[in-house]
Amino acid sequence: MVGMTRKKTLFWLCVFLLPNLLGFLTFIGAPIVSSLVISFTDWDLLGEIEFIGFDNYIRLAQDPEFWVSFRNTIFFILGYIPLVLIFGLSCALLLNKQMKFRAFFRATFFLPVITSWVAVSLVWKWLYNPEYGLINYALSTIGIAGPEWLNDPNTAMIGVILASAWKDIGFVMVLFLGGLQNISPSFYEAASIDGAGKARQLWNITIPLLAPTTFFVTIISLINSFQVFDQVMIMTGGGPGGSTEVMVQNIYNHAFRYFDMGYASAMSWILFLVIFLFTWIQMKFQDKGAH
Amino acid sequence: MAGEYSSNALIDRNTRSKQSNKRPILNKILFYLLLIVGASTMLIPFLWMISTSLKPDGATMVLPPEFVPNEPTTQNYERVTQQFPMMRFLWNSIVVAVLTTAGQMIFSSMAAYAFARMQFRGRDKLFLLYLATMMVPTQVTMIPQFILIKQFGWLDSYPGLIIPTMFAVFGTFLMRQAMLSIPRELEEAAFMDGANHFQVFYRVCLPLIKPMLAALGIFTFMQSWNNFLWPLIVISNEELATLPLGLSLLQGRWATDWGLMMAGVVISVLPILIVYLFAQKYFIQGMTMSGMKE
Repeated sequence: MVGMTRKKTLFWLCVFLLPNLLGFLTFIGAPIVSSLVISFTDWDLLGEIEFIGFDNYIRLAQDPEFWVSFRNTIFFILGYIPLVLIFGLSCALLLNKQMKFRAFFRATFFLPVITSWVAVSLVWKWLYNPEYGLINYALSTIGIAGPEWLNDPNTAMIGVILASAWKDIGFVMVLFLGGLQNISPSFYEAASIDGAGKARQLWNITIPLLAPTTFFVTIISLINSFQVFDQVMIMTGGGPGGSTEVMVQNIYNHAFRYFDMGYASAMSWILFLVIFLFTWIQMKFQDKGAH
Repeated sequence: MAGEYSSNALIDRNTRSKQSNKRPILNKILFYLLLIVGASTMLIPFLWMISTSLKPDGATMVLPPEFVPNEPTTQNYERVTQQFPMMRFLWNSIVVAVLTTAGQMIFSSMAAYAFARMQFRGRDKLFLLYLATMMVPTQVTMIPQFILIKQFGWLDSYPGLIIPTMFAVFGTFLMRQAMLSIPRELEEAAFMDGANHFQVFYRVCLPLIKPMLAALGIFTFMQSWNNFLWPLIVISNEELATLPLGLSLLQGRWATDWGLMMAGVVISVLPILIVYLFAQKYFIQGMTMSGMKE
């Protein structure tokens, strides 16, 4: 009887777990392991696989193009993160109360989040059009001659940053709204009895108590923005003059344009290390918060 | 110190009550003004996209721009669907997104049942392994995945587009979380009545996690619908391109024909927008949870 139920359990375990487990091992587990192995080889997909030890990683450290893409990614992050944090929080604060049309405004702010990066990038590329785009037209009405935006190495990345922030503000807003809901109203009641005005309340209650959410949002945005790719690919293709080439694009080019699989894999592991660092910081912090 | 503070508060309250007729109205106006500015910033690019797509040839390149087209026309939509396999892209996107979503929902909820409601040796270690892989970005796995797909002969095919994206660990993680919250007594009662594991899964557990399952479904659908990188890697035959890849091809061919391009963008955005209007709650929930995974 016991043997019977055991067999049955095993049968059901196979039914439930096996399809997912096989998919997981084939398309996630095995690729992770092989990616690490490939990163120590020289392989163009056609010829022999040649193990070259740490050569790819050494080459990476000396590759100016890699460092340019790294620097560009950092530049993107430095512009993008403050923008989404400030505007995401502002939108959340505006919408964090009972009011008319709240659902409408929330849905509107979230609209760009559901739209694909490709669609958003094409629309913004048109908005940025130096001659007939809406942005430079708007600037011209107040007497400013707009820049060349995506065509100018000095402003191209700024253009990418603004469009990316515009798309993600709604996402950050939703995360902040969740954090705001966790702040007990009693804090505000106590503060208003003490006569603290709205601005003081924001500065002394909301922002400090929101710190865990802010931290969390910052880490998530950091992890996501190290992987920036679609919008750069569509809006600038990395140009002009490599001024917007980012890390993932560099990986993509080496893997699927030059078929330099080993080198591209090594780059992807450096990207992993950077992302892992931030994940680790976050887990460290969360542990501290729990104890 | 404390006395000083409270007397300040008293003065503050007195002055406030004097202004109370004017201040709130002014504040309210300012508040709604800010909201409207924000909402306009979000909406104008979409309106501009629609407006451009309805302009006849040449009317896009005029200054000052026509905000509402003087002679609205659907000719861009006709051109983009006739001269370009836009409808084919739309169909491919629907097939890929629907099958990916179905696969993700079925496989991850089943595995989640095993992880949350069944006992077996090494269960927690195996799940930890699943979790650990969530930290690895797709850019690491995409190269071996591409090689694998090539070996299977799945380049330029639906299976190549769909199957590797069906096993995202996030789904299993989320469904397991949901299943853990189900009280034991419910399934014990069902087992007493002679139900087997499948019946418990299907009749007891799934109905209870429906909202989570819906959120996962919507999230997966959106991810799949908007995915660009994976189709870019797997597909070189134009006939099999999904909408985002198709739009990038469109850009390559008619880079300066903005009316035509915006018509293409509208076609790609409209379906997800319609789903969004009806299932807004699940979109927001799904995106919030995707943030929580890290």
